[in-house]
Amino acid sequence: MAEKQFKVVAETGIHARPATLLVQTASRFDSEITLEYKGKTVNLKSIMGVMSLGVGQGAEIKIAAEGNDSNDAIQALEDTMKKEGLAE
Amino acid sequence: MTFLKGIAASNGIAIAKAYRLVEPDLSFEQKSVEDVTSEVERFRKAMEKSKSELEAIRDKAKVDLGADKAAIFEAHLLVLSDPELNAPIEDKIQSDKVNAESALKETADMFVMMFEQMDNEYMKERAADIRDVTKRVLAHLLGVQLVNPSMIAEEVIIVAEDLTPSDTAQLNRNFVKGFTTNIGGRTSHSAIMARSMEIPAVVGTKNATEEINNGDLVIVDGLKGEVHSNPTPELVEQYRKVHEEYEAQKAEWAKLVNEPTISADNHHVELVANIGTPNDLKGVIENGGEGVGLYRTEFLYMGRDQLPTEEEQFESYKAVLEGMEGKPVVVRTLDIGGDKELPYLDLPKEMNPFLGFRAIRLCLEEQDIFRTQLRALLRASSYGNLKIMFPMIATLDEFRSAKAILEEEKAKLISEGQTVAGKIELGIMVEIPSTAVLADQFAKEVDFFSIGTNDLIQYTMAADRMNQRVSYLYQPYSPSILRLVKMVIDASHAEGKWTGMCGEMAGDETAIPVLLGLGLDEFSMSATSILKARSLIRNLKKSDMERLAQEVLNMQTTGQVIEAVNNATK
Repeated sequence: MAEKQFKVVAETGIHARPATLLVQTASRFDSEITLEYKGKTVNLKSIMGVMSLGVGQGAEIKIAAEGNDSNDAIQALEDTMKKEGLAE
Repeated sequence: MTFLKGIAASNGIAIAKAYRLVEPDLSFEQKSVEDVTSEVERFRKAMEKSKSELEAIRDKAKVDLGADKAAIFEAHLLVLSDPELNAPIEDKIQSDKVNAESALKETADMFVMMFEQMDNEYMKERAADIRDVTKRVLAHLLGVQLVNPSMIAEEVIIVAEDLTPSDTAQLNRNFVKGFTTNIGGRTSHSAIMARSMEIPAVVGTKNATEEINNGDLVIVDGLKGEVHSNPTPELVEQYRKVHEEYEAQKAEWAKLVNEPTISADNHHVELVANIGTPNDLKGVIENGGEGVGLYRTEFLYMGRDQLPTEEEQFESYKAVLEGMEGKPVVVRTLDIGGDKELPYLDLPKEMNPFLGFRAIRLCLEEQDIFRTQLRALLRASSYGNLKIMFPMIATLDEFRSAKAILEEEKAKLISEGQTVAGKIELGIMVEIPSTAVLADQFAKEVDFFSIGTNDLIQYTMAADRMNQRVSYLYQPYSPSILRLVKMVIDASHAEGKWTGMCGEMAGDETAIPVLLGLGLDEFSMSATSILKARSLIRNLKKSDMERLAQEVLNMQTTGQVIEAVNNATK
């Protein structure tokens, strides 16, 4: 089990393109990966789940992974978010 | 052999096979199934087929249309492989023992509803994504073929009810030789697109989609507004000749590319082009445009799922300004609303969208959108000869408010150390009768006018230009319209300002002689009309046309005006 907190800095929040990239990244791993925001938890491999949260700028989010590649998954998601200027 | 009469929307002759852009029948019945395992298998197969189809479409779109346009298919693929969508469908098949079609539809509908109810501007678009994907899977379950315009790989003529901006965005210009639609007029989106793509089109045929089958040989006569399907070999031969003659005529006009637009008695006017994207510049230059008279910035905002950023806009504006190498470029700020919707703005439906919350009215209210655009424009201003105009101005107060916002953003940019051009002419579109009538007062404060005739005619005649039954009231040569045009031109000249025209009328052979006589300074039209207009103006004497204009202003009907122009220019 690995998890990490982030603060969303992107002006548009986690919408269309950034959500697509996060889901694509998450889907590469075997671990079960979730995204938590405002007390709601969704499957980070589900584009509809992620979009349904409506994560905006300034949001505090938590990403958790459970499985044999959980650490790599969290690392890869963090890389994606930083590369896209999504979160810090 | 079938003959259809429509409205000539874009010049030229096209002969190719028909490609119907029509939705297939996706209706089905809810059925109970015994063998749920094979039903789940059937569902999975349909998903797999949809997936490989979408991947192929995405890859092709990337090559043909760019990664930007392909992004939508990327999103569709993710929806397709979404575990939260797939699992409930398979569960439903197994526990409710229903056919895959109903399990899919019910589950998808639930998500569509959930997204539509959310209080977020992007969610309507997501609902549309889910609907789109569902349609694709459903088509595979039912064994029917969906249309995939981006997969067209041979020369075709598109046959459709109407063409939306997102339809046209997916069309490959190399293969689409022409199109014909059931509805629309000369100023509808599909017609404007056809002219900017420089392909022949006939719109408003009423029943092209019923009369024409996939693969039928079709002739689109964009000169006369006629469509022939399954023509006789003789007719095809005849049209090949017409096509050749038209091409020869075009070659003749092409000699005027680098010639100035001067009348026979040496009066110079500017012939400039209407464009929608930086891609249209090639056509402007090839057709000898002396500048851009109308850059419709809406296209930057359309066919996507969120607002374009300041940076994206800056790049587009800069590309156009640099591409025109110092020639004037008149950019119209966002004109959304009316027949141009942006789903992601989630604006409420209106009873009378053309009379509603659109263009500058929206920009003055949603200032974040407006300011972002103005900043991008101001930053781009030092790369060429930029002029800015505001659409749908009805009162001087609106113009002053818009100008004040522009000045604020300019001051901010300068204090941030950005370069902004010293002089940027600021004008307004004259498309509302109140503004035409008060043009003398506006002329004291604006740098120029650009008459948008499509809307000016619609508002003056009180005739919706999307409504075919009142299309007879679209009368550019009506003395009432000509008088309004004269008021605007005279008002600008009295203050030492200039007037342009960027509606369809500016490129119209019958209107040009009168407009020349009324003293119009700038004619902005589809790039493909420029050389023809130049050839016409070079053969006219302005002094003669002034007399003609004086005469037609005092006529009673459109018919009389047309006759007088025909006699004077024979």
